[in-house]
Amino acid sequence: MIAFSAFIIENIILTQFLGICPFMGVSTKRSSALGMGMAVIFVMLISSSVTWLLYTFVLETFNIEYMRTIVFILVIASLVQMVETFLKKVSPALYKALGIYLPLITTNCAVLGVAILNISKGYNFVEMIVYTTFIGLGFLFVMYIFSMMREKLDYSPVPKAFKGAPIALVIAAILAIIFSRFGGII
Amino acid sequence: MNKKENFLKGFIKENPLFVSLLGMCPSLAVTTSLENAIGMTMGVFFVLVLSNLIISLIMSNPKLAVLVKPVRIPVYIVVIATLVTIVEMVMHAFVIDLYRALGVFIPLIVVNCIILGRAEAFASSNKPVDSLIDGVGMALGYGAAIMLISIFREFLGKGTLTIWGDLQLNLTFIFNFLKIEPIAMFIQPVGAFLAFGLILAGITAIANNHKNKLAKEVTNNG
Repeated sequence: MIAFSAFIIENIILTQFLGICPFMGVSTKRSSALGMGMAVIFVMLISSSVTWLLYTFVLETFNIEYMRTIVFILVIASLVQMVETFLKKVSPALYKALGIYLPLITTNCAVLGVAILNISKGYNFVEMIVYTTFIGLGFLFVMYIFSMMREKLDYSPVPKAFKGAPIALVIAAILAIIFSRFGGII
Repeated sequence: MNKKENFLKGFIKENPLFVSLLGMCPSLAVTTSLENAIGMTMGVFFVLVLSNLIISLIMSNPKLAVLVKPVRIPVYIVVIATLVTIVEMVMHAFVIDLYRALGVFIPLIVVNCIILGRAEAFASSNKPVDSLIDGVGMALGYGAAIMLISIFREFLGKGTLTIWGDLQLNLTFIFNFLKIEPIAMFIQPVGAFLAFGLILAGITAIANNHKNKLAKEVTNNG
């Protein structure tokens, strides 16, 4: 239930507006959309687990929940850096595939957003892992569809004023209409 | 560049939202009503102006600057995150409705590219006074942009314009006059993308027109 709703109904891009920057920025090619999606899932899972553990066992124990924003962003920023160096050492192949997208993720609001959403929804650890995984998959899924549409768009005659970002946004709106109808399933 | 130009560039020439396409996530999410857009603007204004000021104060002090330079991004993030926490707590204490409406997007001001972008691109290499002016201009330019989107969306979606609480402008008579219903789609997520896309296209069209005019004048004069 959590999985399905995170994947389709609460789709992070189209209904919650998180991660729009990479959505518009890197979705011009299918390969880069895939790479970015994978990198986001990877980082999101690690950072959500770490921030969840930190929040429940450190911040709540000492009654300093108001430090949430500061702690989370620092954890995410340093985690991204760490993942990058770690991947470079351990698995150069994976690093080559995800490498250029990793630094971009620090400023991806989806990662911080999901970390905060996990806390404010009051999930336990297992629910949190499921939710985060499927949010990430939803991100990948929509990015991939969107990048396919944009590849086709390159060959289509588009009015001059709509070139680039405006037409991409209109297409995103059409995708969002489709996804908003899925809400009726449950 | 004089002070007035520095202030005004945030509105049109370097508008963070429409020209640089920075900070899109919150601008799509909180523009369901004018009230939310105004609240968001105040939050961004506070954070952006103070972070610009503090960072340029740090960086214009030669001793501190040497110390901070290698770790400047984490330093910026800590400064910004502290300011955002202040905003969050103040909103929670005094305007709880707004706090609920904006939800996760208040802590997300931290990762708003505009703020970190201005810190890196402007505040770190300019004087405190100029950075302060830059911050005010950029924040107001951003505010004007999200208010424009929210006016568009709230008017088409509900036929009203909420300024603050009960202070509401009821424009439904226009819809009654035209004998149509407000288009509820515009206050749903779908409308955000559509409205932003259309406004952006409109602005591009105006800009293109302006450019063409300038080009014609040049050729006529030459």
